[in-house]
Amino acid sequence: MPVVEITRSIDARGLSCPMPIVKTAQGIKDIPSGGALELLATDAGSIKDVAAWCHATGNELVEQTSDGAVYRFVIRRK
Amino acid sequence: MEQPLNLVLFSGTDDKLQAAAVLTAGAAALGKPVHIFLQYWALDSFRTDRIGLDHGLAPEAGAAGRVAVDALAAAGQASWAETMRQAKDLGEVDIQACSLSMDLLKLEESDLDPLVDGVEGVTAFYLNADEGRIVFI
Repeated sequence: MPVVEITRSIDARGLSCPMPIVKTAQGIKDIPSGGALELLATDAGSIKDVAAWCHATGNELVEQTSDGAVYRFVIRRK
Repeated sequence: MEQPLNLVLFSGTDDKLQAAAVLTAGAAALGKPVHIFLQYWALDSFRTDRIGLDHGLAPEAGAAGRVAVDALAAAGQASWAETMRQAKDLGEVDIQACSLSMDLLKLEESDLDPLVDGVEGVTAFYLNADEGRIVFI
């Protein structure tokens, strides 16, 4: 899989709902259309929340991985 | 997602206001406009001289609830007021004080934290709520 070039990274590790999504929504505004936002989170609810947020806002969830403790999402701004 | 979320906040305890802040921030992150109507003890909690104070928890929290809430705060969770501020930065969040409750508590607009955008009556609240759902906390 080609490595996606990250435009901006948001570290939401240790933050609980709704902060990971709030920071994602704030962060996506600061990158150009087509840019990629990387989100790091430890909140277990973020898996469903990020997918739901992308679905509702039309931004694309490009990647979702986990190393067990930290979830990493890559979202492309529409 | 454009349907506004309309929250009537009546309770002034920190747990209920945090719950309201979570709903507000979630809506703002999704681009949903939020209209908040502050009544009674929720309005009281938005006073400039009280907003940062401990507003306690609902009775059902009990001692165990207090411990749980304190643990989350110690882990760095933002206060409900800070979450509300972030929600306002992020999206359209309008917070209005109920004029009846202003009379009840003998408040002037200048007594309220800048988070509060103004004072309105229930009719204006309904007009802005349009056909969106109204949630009472």
